[in-house]
Amino acid sequence: MSEPSVTLAASGGQAAAQARPDAALSLRGLTVSYGEKPAVFSVDAAFPAGQMTAIIGPNGAGKSTLLKAALGVIPRLSGEVSVFGQPLDAVRGRIAYVPQRASVDWDFPTTVIDVVMMGLYRQVGLLGRLTGALKARALSCLDRVGMASFSDRQIGQLSGGQQQRVFLARALAQDADLYLLDEPFAGVDAATERAIIDVLKSLKAEGKAVVCVHHDLATVRDYFDNVFMINVRRIAEGPVATTFNGETLNATYGGRLAATHIDQLNLVEGA
Amino acid sequence: MGSEFVMFSLTPMLIGVLASVACALPGNFLILRRQALIGDAISHVVLPGIVVAFLLTGVVAAIPMLLGAAGAAVVAVVLIEAIKRLGRIEPGAAMGVTFTTLFAGGVLLLEQSDTSSVHLDVEHALMGNLESLVWLRATDWSSLLDPWALAGVPEELPRIAVVCVGVILLTLVFWRWLKISTFDEGFAQALGLPVGVIGMGLVITAAVAAVAAFDAVGSIIVIAMFICPPAAARLMTNGLERQVWWSVLFAVLSAVLGYVLAGYGPLWLGGDNAVSAAGMIATVSGMILALACAFGPHRSRVGARAEA
Repeated sequence: MSEPSVTLAASGGQAAAQARPDAALSLRGLTVSYGEKPAVFSVDAAFPAGQMTAIIGPNGAGKSTLLKAALGVIPRLSGEVSVFGQPLDAVRGRIAYVPQRASVDWDFPTTVIDVVMMGLYRQVGLLGRLTGALKARALSCLDRVGMASFSDRQIGQLSGGQQQRVFLARALAQDADLYLLDEPFAGVDAATERAIIDVLKSLKAEGKAVVCVHHDLATVRDYFDNVFMINVRRIAEGPVATTFNGETLNATYGGRLAATHIDQLNLVEGA
Repeated sequence: MGSEFVMFSLTPMLIGVLASVACALPGNFLILRRQALIGDAISHVVLPGIVVAFLLTGVVAAIPMLLGAAGAAVVAVVLIEAIKRLGRIEPGAAMGVTFTTLFAGGVLLLEQSDTSSVHLDVEHALMGNLESLVWLRATDWSSLLDPWALAGVPEELPRIAVVCVGVILLTLVFWRWLKISTFDEGFAQALGLPVGVIGMGLVITAAVAAVAAFDAVGSIIVIAMFICPPAAARLMTNGLERQVWWSVLFAVLSAVLGYVLAGYGPLWLGGDNAVSAAGMIATVSGMILALACAFGPHRSRVGARAEA
């Protein structure tokens, strides 16, 4: 019954990117390669505003690479990126990015509030003054993730979950319309996971687009509206209710997912 | 005492201080980027550059030397990148191979060419000639206001002063870019910052500081100042701003204390001759680092885990 909303790559082509002109982020023919082997090959995608989308796929499927290439953090071999219908560089101020927590050195000599203020650097420029009002805004972002009382703490003294919340607060300080998060739930405690998902859902309620690289298949149905399944190539894309099923999971994970595991994922009936 | 100090110690000490600060400032960021060896590499590779510049021009003059050294530094950076990428070797090894090879090449060039008429030799390359940079036209402190006397300061002084001021200004102006691209390069890139240019700019700034300092104080001080004051400063504080201030303080302290100890220390101990100021300055900076390791308030980097 819900067959038409599932776009499998074999039939898809560029249809997905063109079908949603309202997309917050759309990719066309995105190809990225480390060395000779492509990490992401000719991927089309459209991530809608006002919704939360999970990018899922096995290890090495190019999930993080897709996000980084969309942001220009790593060079793309070919393909087009448009954000709210405009080229990337024209709208960078409307994008917030949360890199993987493990990608930075947490021994860096800086404090929690300092990290959040980095989210304001684009706005204040090189020499603009970081006024009291801006600092208050940074503090309120920390408060939103429940970290206000840690503002003067050295970042190396935080737990993994707290570090992740600080990164989210920095993204909030950017006051963006498109939020791209790379594994925000990786290795965090349950309280942090709750805090993060609450913030992301409130962003969605404000009409922002939220895109997460996600690894925990068990929470996809609870957390997300849409799912984008990738294994170097785009496998499937669409609403979780219709797209996230045994067929697409098998196609994405290529049998690496045991049948019993799939059964536990509370998938759509008869899909 | 006053006039003797102004004539024989003021200018070498000032040059030592300025050279130390000029190297310590970029050193802070190089260390945090785990690129501390780049400073080391640069200070080695300037030697062949300077020798080639001498062979081409036949004179030991500021501009050709700076150009030659800068050229060699660029060659080294390109070589390091090439070896890293083509050979898929880790950065430390690529740097190690590059700078020892270029330095060795510089020594061979130096031995093959006739530089006996000028003060260009391996010893000078290592230790500089800080003690000889005296201000002969000075009589006492009032010489600081005397145009004729000022015209006679060693040419190394204004050169390193300009470079030091330039490094300070660049650090201030690009502070936020340096900070964010050092802490979180991916985020900086997503903001649209030119992180490649920032990283290259930092290395070039370090190279210019190294070359300017090299001529006056030799490569030993350059290597020490890129690493020791910033590393010691990191152990004193958990804030980048304060770390940089500490590193400047340690650099100044090393230069002044090292110079004084080199000149008077052996006499106090009953010896006859002064020892190399460059060697002593580097040694003092190493001692400061050792003390910071032992007593610095933030030497245990892994803080107590806070409660969730």
